[in-house]
Amino acid sequence: MTATARTLVIIPALNEEASLPRVLADLATQLPDFDVLVVDDGSRDATACVAARCGVAVLSLPFNLGVGGALQTGFRYAVRNGYDRAIQFDADGQHDPTEVWKLIAGLDAGADLMIGSRFAAGGAVTYPVGPVRRLGMRILRRIVRTLVGRDFTDTTSGFRAFSRPLLEFFAVTYPTEYMGDTVEALVLASNQGFHADEVGVNMHGRTGGAPSNRRFRLFYYYVRLVVVLLSSASRRSTRDATREARR
Amino acid sequence: MTGPRILVLVTGVLCLGFILRLVRRRELRGKYSLLWLTVGIFGLVIALVPGLLDDVADWLDVNYPPAILFVIAIAFLLLVVVHLSWELTRLEDRTRTLAQELAMLRHDLEAPESDGPQ
Repeated sequence: MTATARTLVIIPALNEEASLPRVLADLATQLPDFDVLVVDDGSRDATACVAARCGVAVLSLPFNLGVGGALQTGFRYAVRNGYDRAIQFDADGQHDPTEVWKLIAGLDAGADLMIGSRFAAGGAVTYPVGPVRRLGMRILRRIVRTLVGRDFTDTTSGFRAFSRPLLEFFAVTYPTEYMGDTVEALVLASNQGFHADEVGVNMHGRTGGAPSNRRFRLFYYYVRLVVVLLSSASRRSTRDATREARR
Repeated sequence: MTGPRILVLVTGVLCLGFILRLVRRRELRGKYSLLWLTVGIFGLVIALVPGLLDDVADWLDVNYPPAILFVIAIAFLLLVVVHLSWELTRLEDRTRTLAQELAMLRHDLEAPESDGPQ
């Protein structure tokens, strides 16, 4: 499957003109057979121009939709253009192109959603994380363990791979609220009977741009996320029905 | 007629007039106009039939008749706000989908040869 499967690397980008050229150059060198799509999420800088100059496909959103909305745009594009799987990749240089193979190996092993984890075995533990985010991640991890039924060490990781069936599902229904795009997507996919797995990966510090979060804002988002997750947990009844249907 | 009653009456008539004006200019969808017209008429009836509220209060065993008004008003406003949030969510979903479609259309237009990459 690996030889003929077509893979799309989706890069949601918001004001990333500084880091994007290097990221795209790395991808072109390390993964020459993969198509790359930059989704410009309403940037006010030259993100779209820079990406187009690098020769990759660019979708420019007319206004900011957030990471989830940008990513979903990529999913729609992938489904329409017949890709077999997609990789979510950061525009700020955090992710290492060579680590993509670990995610793909997971998909080939039968997973629909592969999460690249900073904290699982095989990943770099030295990745710096602020105190609020650390606490938030710990709580989320607990909730996810309860809802999904297994442990994920890095639920907010933006380094992921999606199988074709999952792409088709997410092209229509993807959680587009802030932070929902990572954790909620995991819970949603698992509730729908998709198989999610994780693998340890190395990540770099950021090479450009600013982290998108302020402390209180982050706290607010975590609280809201818990509410959203609990409500999606109450939809669990659809899970068995869907599994029956998939059989 | 007492002063307060006249005030309520005038306010009610003004509200109705305002709603009708919005509807005539097509600045308010039909379903919302119906909603607010009903509210306006309800207010007018309360103002024009002095004993009505007291009778209802008697019948419901409520000691303080205006409380009925407050309860109805709060419940009604709550429903309206929830409905608007629901509608807003739906509109946001649709706007997002449109933005995504627009981005893809623009991409196809600007690079017709890369239409369906191999």
